[in-house]
Amino acid sequence: MPLVDIRNVSKSYGSARVLDGVSLEVNEGEIVTIIGKSGSGKSTLLRCINALERIDGGEILVEGRSVRTDMPKLREFRQRVGIVFQAFNLFPHLTVERNITLAPVLNKRITRGQGRALALDVLERVGLADKIDAYPAQLSGGQQQRVAIARCLAMGPHLMLFDEVTSALDPELVGEVLKVMEDMARQGMTMVLVTHEMGFARTVASKIVFMHRGRVREEGPPAELFANPRTPELRSFIASVR
Amino acid sequence: MQSLNFQQIWRYQDHLIDGTLHTLLLTLAAALIGTAIGLAGAAAVRSGPRPVRWTIRGYIELIRNTPSLIQLFIVFFVLPNFGLRLNSFEAAAIALGLYFGAYSIEIIRAGLDSIPGSQMEAGQCLGLTRWQVFRHVVLPPALRNVYPAFTGQFVLLLLGTSLASQISAEELFHAGGFIESRTYRSFEVYAVICGIYFALVMAFKLLFAAVGRLAFRWPVGR
Ligand SMILES: Nc1ncnc2c1ncn2[C@@H]1O[C@H](COP(=O)(O)OP(=O)(O)OP(=O)(O)O)[C@@H](O)[C@H]1O
Ligand SMILES: [Mg+2]
Repeated sequence: MPLVDIRNVSKSYGSARVLDGVSLEVNEGEIVTIIGKSGSGKSTLLRCINALERIDGGEILVEGRSVRTDMPKLREFRQRVGIVFQAFNLFPHLTVERNITLAPVLNKRITRGQGRALALDVLERVGLADKIDAYPAQLSGGQQQRVAIARCLAMGPHLMLFDEVTSALDPELVGEVLKVMEDMARQGMTMVLVTHEMGFARTVASKIVFMHRGRVREEGPPAELFANPRTPELRSFIASVR
Repeated sequence: MQSLNFQQIWRYQDHLIDGTLHTLLLTLAAALIGTAIGLAGAAAVRSGPRPVRWTIRGYIELIRNTPSLIQLFIVFFVLPNFGLRLNSFEAAAIALGLYFGAYSIEIIRAGLDSIPGSQMEAGQCLGLTRWQVFRHVVLPPALRNVYPAFTGQFVLLLLGTSLASQISAEELFHAGGFIESRTYRSFEVYAVICGIYFALVMAFKLLFAAVGRLAFRWPVGR
């Protein structure tokens, strides 16, 4: 059974069809990278996977359960699916530690002491243990994004979604974030990510999905897909990002 | 012109102290009522059902576009006809609380609106409930953004409590009237009263600055 099973999903905003019969499987431990032009529906698809957006047709199954914005136990589901955005979205009024432990302390009934240990643990995984008491405004963009990843990790997710998490960063800060994601991939985390970092997609992804106008136009292992694009759309896309 | 004579007024210092305490009590009671209204009202205006939102809007417009003195009279003289018997202090606390509440809703709502939706989304994605998102994600930075406006409104409330003298609530301004009627020293009396109001406002400003520094310690974004 695939961890994520997207079956013929469609979604419209008003009369604009943003997802148009998308089907996609993500197996446990796989790294699936979604690429495609701006407006092709990548973010929307990602947001549908953790029920941030309602779908109009088709079905999304995660761990065998149908994902809906009104699904039962939506909050427990969200804890198992981490999502990281381009804009970090850390809570500015909380220290790094409290950003990470807010949800676990409120909803997983751990103590503040256990929370600190948990925060240290996930911060070590993103190389920021020394920033545990800093506030977001005192961190660089790359550091903030790594804290955002650590905050997801603290929930013990079974699946991680990344939406262009390096796009807002200065070029010299991109590497540190990608490295954290590579480590997670090596440790077997299942990940679906949207990225414009073609080098990263090529080396880390188990599968690349090329979206065009709300559809999956091509998918396959990176080496194959980049070497032999079958559609003119992918060919011109690859040419444009080189 | 008579020479100034504060001597006589100090003989009524008990009245002054009592009036000051009642002004403080009245201010705090009205602020408490008003802040509760402000928080609940702002949350409801943003995400309540339409009839609730309209009712709150109506309340805000009514309060902000009619004289506070008349609001006070209505609470004190009209509500008893409907079986709600209040002493002058309670009536003043409620009327001023309703007045402060109307402004608080607008101020707090502006604060809530200043927090981007992406913050709420981030909270949701961590599995927080709507209440937890409101309380822990949205509210603290929202309050920081409107803290100066809110404390400014508090000062206006404090000064506005003098209206309560008109229904014989025994606050500071009322004490002033009493002392004047006994001493006929209007200038001295009102100079002293004014000085006390001024000192109270200054004390609150210092207090608010200290509280603000403690409560809003996080550095703001770059
Ligand atoms: N909330 C919304 N309301 C209306 N239209 C929307 C909304 N969100 C997205 N869209 C539209 O849906 C389409 C797909 O958007 P989406 O954000 O999924 O694209 P994307 O592939 O992530 O693009 P980008 O690379 O620029 O991030 C776009 O045409 C966009 O304008
Ligand atoms: Mg996008």
